[in-house]
Amino acid sequence: MSPLKIKKGATSHSAYDLRPNFSDKEEQHTLAILVENEPGVLSRVIGLFAGRGYNIDSLTVAEVDHLGHRSRITIVTTGTPQIITQIKAQLGRIVDVHKVNDLTVEGPSVERELALFKVVGTGDHRIEAVRLADIFRANVVDSTLESFVFEITGTSEKIDAFAELMQPLGLEEIARTGVAALSRGSDT
Amino acid sequence: MTKAMTGAKMVVQALIDQGVDVVFGYPGGAVLPIYDEIFQQNHIQHVLVRHEQGAVHAAEGYARATGKPGVALVTSGPGATNAVTGLTDALMDSIPIIVLTGQVPTFMIGSDAFQEADTVGITRPCTKHNWLVKETDKLASVMHEAFHIATSGRPGPVVIDIPKDVQFATGKYTEARQVETHYAPQVKGDMEMITELAKAMETAKRPVFYTGGGVINSGPAASQLLRELVAATGFPITSTLMGLGSYPASGDNWIGMLGMHGLYEANMAMHDCDLMINIGARFDDRITGRLDAFSPGSTKAHIDIDASSINKVIKVDIPILGDCAHVLEDLLNVWKSRGRKTDKENVTKWWHQINEWKKVDCLKFKQEGKVIKPQYALARLEELTKKHDRYICTEVGQHQMWAAQYLGFEDPNRWMTSGGLGTMGYGFPASIGVQMGHPDALVINVAGEASWLMNMQELGTAMQYRLPVKQFILNNERLGMVRQWQELLHGERYSSSWSESLPDFVKLAEAFGAKGIQCQDPDSLDDAIMEMITHDGPVLFDCLVEKHENCFPMIPSGKPHNEMLLGENADVANAIKSDGAVMV
Repeated sequence: MSPLKIKKGATSHSAYDLRPNFSDKEEQHTLAILVENEPGVLSRVIGLFAGRGYNIDSLTVAEVDHLGHRSRITIVTTGTPQIITQIKAQLGRIVDVHKVNDLTVEGPSVERELALFKVVGTGDHRIEAVRLADIFRANVVDSTLESFVFEITGTSEKIDAFAELMQPLGLEEIARTGVAALSRGSDT
Repeated sequence: MTKAMTGAKMVVQALIDQGVDVVFGYPGGAVLPIYDEIFQQNHIQHVLVRHEQGAVHAAEGYARATGKPGVALVTSGPGATNAVTGLTDALMDSIPIIVLTGQVPTFMIGSDAFQEADTVGITRPCTKHNWLVKETDKLASVMHEAFHIATSGRPGPVVIDIPKDVQFATGKYTEARQVETHYAPQVKGDMEMITELAKAMETAKRPVFYTGGGVINSGPAASQLLRELVAATGFPITSTLMGLGSYPASGDNWIGMLGMHGLYEANMAMHDCDLMINIGARFDDRITGRLDAFSPGSTKAHIDIDASSINKVIKVDIPILGDCAHVLEDLLNVWKSRGRKTDKENVTKWWHQINEWKKVDCLKFKQEGKVIKPQYALARLEELTKKHDRYICTEVGQHQMWAAQYLGFEDPNRWMTSGGLGTMGYGFPASIGVQMGHPDALVINVAGEASWLMNMQELGTAMQYRLPVKQFILNNERLGMVRQWQELLHGERYSSSWSESLPDFVKLAEAFGAKGIQCQDPDSLDDAIMEMITHDGPVLFDCLVEKHENCFPMIPSGKPHNEMLLGENADVANAIKSDGAVMV
């Protein structure tokens, strides 16, 4: 059998603390998964979560390095520390996965989500919707005489809060992108 | 240097370059160009199976017996879907195989074409990795990468799905050394952890080595190092079903297989030990029994190449990520350089305890009367074949457990059984693969009549290629293990667990041109077994055995290791409570 050339800086598929202290409390973690941009790679990642019964609270994916052929998948998931460790190890086994970062434990990170809100109404409701949008720094990206589409960026909590306030004001439809996240500081 | 050739030729060229000498397969429309290339060369032998599942199990058997990756070639659609069971089996048991599937031409994919199936979609969860190759230029590099991925790290099955137009088109052939890959799993263990394990070994009072299939997958060096480590420390060693043979059954420190149908002394040692050293096993549920009562007082070390196996079900104290051979080598060196210390006094006491447990003689049975006990059949098979360097395959069920209990394995790669998936129908085609890898060896498939019938069509393959595989069928006219569970769990209501309308196995063998032997008399068993061994050709041995024999010892589901059911006086009726009954 002929050996292949192993690329420099190749992943060891092992970058996990193997001796964690497990508790039974469920935690929410944000995982950043750098993958080879191959057909089917998203299906491999999602299939892993479905097949092994893990939760996906939010999922975002897009190519981030066209020349390097890399996509970044950001998954927000919930589970006990043992499950979270297992998820990371299972992701690390996927051949197309280059790197798994747990942004929740690896130092501070920024998380943002973008959402579009369609609010339908007239009169006081309409005025109140615009006023609240202003407070939340949401932009109006489409308007008719009886509707608005607002664009809002922020943490998932902020978007949840905005949704709650818009509910009685004629909120008809929401589109959310899911969380995109990066670690703070100069480290990658 | 790059050569231009058709995709079909590339497939054959890449197989040759990877050192493949045999391919198990079945042709069909979508792989005809590859079959045409196979026809025009003499480097690779193609073995025509009778069903695609047989091709994949044969490739598995070949891989396990030779240590080289096995290769199967099947057509699109039904060819690929028939391969799924074998792929899942190989994934569960970490067996390196490469399965090539034909696909409808790229321009027809998605059109519900004749014999089209979403092969990469179907096989994604049952392979380590898979590819749909849409460009001939990429085919050779995918082929080379596939061998690398199947065999490195934790081994496993891979699928390459090749559309027919890609096989016909001409492209550049890439040599293996030109292929870049980022996949390079860590093989060396962390020295700090290895030192910690060496220290734990120095002070352990009741240590036990618990080894698994990872030692065998790691190659012969790992088994050699394991034997050295066991001899040097004097610690007892047990193994999972998958790991049999890495330490010899005749070895001084061998205490037998552990687990649900493992030996009393091995399970008791696991329960009472103070240091458990898991080498290449994965705390499978057949091993652990009730999790919260699993070896409650021990420090647990775990050597595994797969990070996801560590802390998956059992929390371990000393995790070591790495290849068994590499870690064992470092562990031996560290332990030796620290002065080869063990707590001899307490380890001797521990051996006294283990020897007390051994006195229970949990595998004892009485061969009385004119009906052959299955245990007796295997004890005689062991006695009459142990001088051969023999290869044993099994199907799945009671006979499989009895084979593991009553046959002794002296070397790795001699024992091929479906452990993780428990695939009935595995053993016969696997024995064909083994015999292809070792043409002159004695290859025996210990089977039950029901399992064997699941892939009986492969008798045609055995005949065609003159493979003298011995099919040793323990025929109890029952699905024995199902029957046993129905007795234990379902009020002796034997729902669909008997084999009615069985064929006459002797006539069946003869219909294929093979030799059939039937034996039902304990007194003539030895002669019949000798006749089987000495016959130069495939033999179907129909051994009629006791119909209601149960397989003991047994840890009932939901029970810990120290609550085993032994053969005699077992309180079978009350063995399993309702919470244990939900487990399989």
